[in-house]
Amino acid sequence: MKTDNLVSLDKDKIITPYTTLIKPKELQKVVLVGNPNVGKSCFFNFMSGMYVDVSNFPGTTVSITKSHFQGNDVYDTPGIYGVGSFNDEEKVARDIILSADVILNVVNALNLDRDLFLTLQLIDMGKKVSVLLNFSDELKKRKIKIDTKKLSDLLGVEVYQTAAVDKLGFDQIGEAVNSARVGKQELDLHFLLNQVMEKSVPQSDALLILEGDEAIAQKNNVLCGTADERERIYINRRNRVNEIVDLVEYEDSKKGEIFNHLGRLCLNPVTGIPILLFMLVLMYFFIGDLVSQRVVNFTENKIGKDLFEYNIKSFTGNYTPVYVDVKVLDNNGSVINNKTFNFPSGINANPTLQKEFSEFSKQNGAQSNFNFQNPFVKIFFGEFGVITMTVTYLLFLLLPLVIGFYFVMALLEDSGYLPRLATMLDRSFNKIGLNGKAVIPIMLGFGCITMANITTRMLGSEREKSIVTAILQFVIPCSAQLAVIAALLSGAGFAPMILYISVILTVLLVLSTVLNKMLPGESSPLLIDLPMIRFPRMSNVFKKTFFRSFGFMKEASFWFFIGALAVGIMEVSGILLVWQDVLAPFTTTWLKLPKEAANAFVMGMVRRDFGAAGLFHMNLSIMQKTVSIITITLFVPCIASFVVMLKERGWKEGMMIWFGTWIAAFLVGGIVAQIVI
Amino acid sequence: MPNSTLDKAKKGNPFIVVKLPSGNIKSQLIRLGIAEGDTLKCIQRLPGGTIVVQKNRQEIAVGFDLAKKIHVIIQ
Repeated sequence: MKTDNLVSLDKDKIITPYTTLIKPKELQKVVLVGNPNVGKSCFFNFMSGMYVDVSNFPGTTVSITKSHFQGNDVYDTPGIYGVGSFNDEEKVARDIILSADVILNVVNALNLDRDLFLTLQLIDMGKKVSVLLNFSDELKKRKIKIDTKKLSDLLGVEVYQTAAVDKLGFDQIGEAVNSARVGKQELDLHFLLNQVMEKSVPQSDALLILEGDEAIAQKNNVLCGTADERERIYINRRNRVNEIVDLVEYEDSKKGEIFNHLGRLCLNPVTGIPILLFMLVLMYFFIGDLVSQRVVNFTENKIGKDLFEYNIKSFTGNYTPVYVDVKVLDNNGSVINNKTFNFPSGINANPTLQKEFSEFSKQNGAQSNFNFQNPFVKIFFGEFGVITMTVTYLLFLLLPLVIGFYFVMALLEDSGYLPRLATMLDRSFNKIGLNGKAVIPIMLGFGCITMANITTRMLGSEREKSIVTAILQFVIPCSAQLAVIAALLSGAGFAPMILYISVILTVLLVLSTVLNKMLPGESSPLLIDLPMIRFPRMSNVFKKTFFRSFGFMKEASFWFFIGALAVGIMEVSGILLVWQDVLAPFTTTWLKLPKEAANAFVMGMVRRDFGAAGLFHMNLSIMQKTVSIITITLFVPCIASFVVMLKERGWKEGMMIWFGTWIAAFLVGGIVAQIVI
Repeated sequence: MPNSTLDKAKKGNPFIVVKLPSGNIKSQLIRLGIAEGDTLKCIQRLPGGTIVVQKNRQEIAVGFDLAKKIHVIIQ
């Protein structure tokens, strides 16, 4: 249909040039589709040039990138093995593919038999397709020959040889878009498709309906195909793929030749475990030491508190009653000077005191604590202010951490190590009702629980999502908290550390075993493609890091503001104080900690590290410290992860987990206290 | 060894796939290139039983519980 349009436009052009101005060439939607790790993004980067538009697909963590190429819109899609709805990535890719005018199918020439399954499916959808046969340069090295002419004849669409790394064949991309056409479909399948298409369903939708995609069937208001039907179509397609590969591929070297040596070393336990330990050490130095200590210390304290919060608070203080406590600390953190400035009618109203305050609060080591009298000002600009605390937290604490973690994830992913890590850990995760892929959200949890909560969407079943969400809220300390825990434990010797780790691990095992037994259904098994190990492409890594960090901040920021607002209201209305009084008896008799430790637990609801940091200034024995960090680790997640958890897992499950952490924290902390103190 | 399951395969064993478990997982296996009648090779068996198989130039990890449900003839 669209080609007809173009032809008639061209004719118009010859007769009256005006019509082209009035009727511009219709914008086509060009979509890049391919299996994971076939180099789609290299093509997209080449086609997009400078302008790229990123958006998070609604309800997923999958980001979509869109750009322009030769007057057309071009979209990148997540890597998929087939069009369907087995996971979020597939659903996102499916929806873009359904609305596509032209599909550029990127195929890994080394894995023809896997990749052509998707190609045939796209052709069966009746879409206009061109195939970009990538890694053509690798074919020669491995003495494999592919007859592209024959492949093109068999598929009924054009096939272009490319090598994305060296940008070989990229000059043909424009031609590939223009020459895209509907490929050859099998007669039997075509007959089946026609039956659905008679009900005025487009062919691409019809195929997915036959393959049992309920969402698409509902959209078109027709009956959905069964799983058996899909299986028949799939087996048929698989056989066609095998036939095509037999006809077009010639291999001179022996089949199954070992070329993925490093990949195997990562999997073999003898070498794989040392490699894993080495990776963990590297990760510790990068994230644990560099990002979460050095970088965050600078951004949070110097930029966030001293610069941003101080200025915005003293500006607000100009117009509203406030008294300011200023403490001057020396390098060891002890108070050497202390002054309170009272401005009953705002800072501006008293120029002499203002000058004195300004000089005093700007000396080295000074920390100003603004106490606003007006409750509304307090909610927005006070200690937990929606504007002050949340902005510092989001931009100067969380953002560096999130970038650090996503960067490491992208490195592991792009190098091909991540699927091998999941494979190696699979059996251990099986014991607690998960599969190896659960390592991803759990690893991210050590960065930020909120970020990890969102990532649980990638897991295969609701059951797994529930188990991982619970593990994250109960036992995984986030990086902010880890830093404080490490500081409290340092110098305490070996015994408290062993005690802490073994208690937390025990809770992890008990919790996950109980959930695994209790929750109905079955967890999804591990089935994962292991791509070749290679040196990560940094441009790709940076791009992924940027898109994911951006997507996370965009999605989570709002909830952090809501959380801060809730805490602000609790503080102003005095509910926080009531809580402290309620918790005090538990704290002193059951946990055997000083009464003020209750503050730490209340603050822990806001930000987990606030809770732990409160313990610094108390005079605690070593075992008291151990009990308190055990309790704080098991205690509720921060307010933002709480809200995001409710959103992800629903009210019922979210509240159960939240109250469960209260019980676990006080129960386990108390038992340890009764034994060791 | 006729009528065996994939979890019994040892490193280096070639095998023929006889029957896959039904349901969504079957579709996912077929997509990846593991279909009934195919000849594959077990290239790694991790402690605990996670199996890594090879088909042509592709390597795929299969969890132990799934491997138990894949009927194969080990050669």
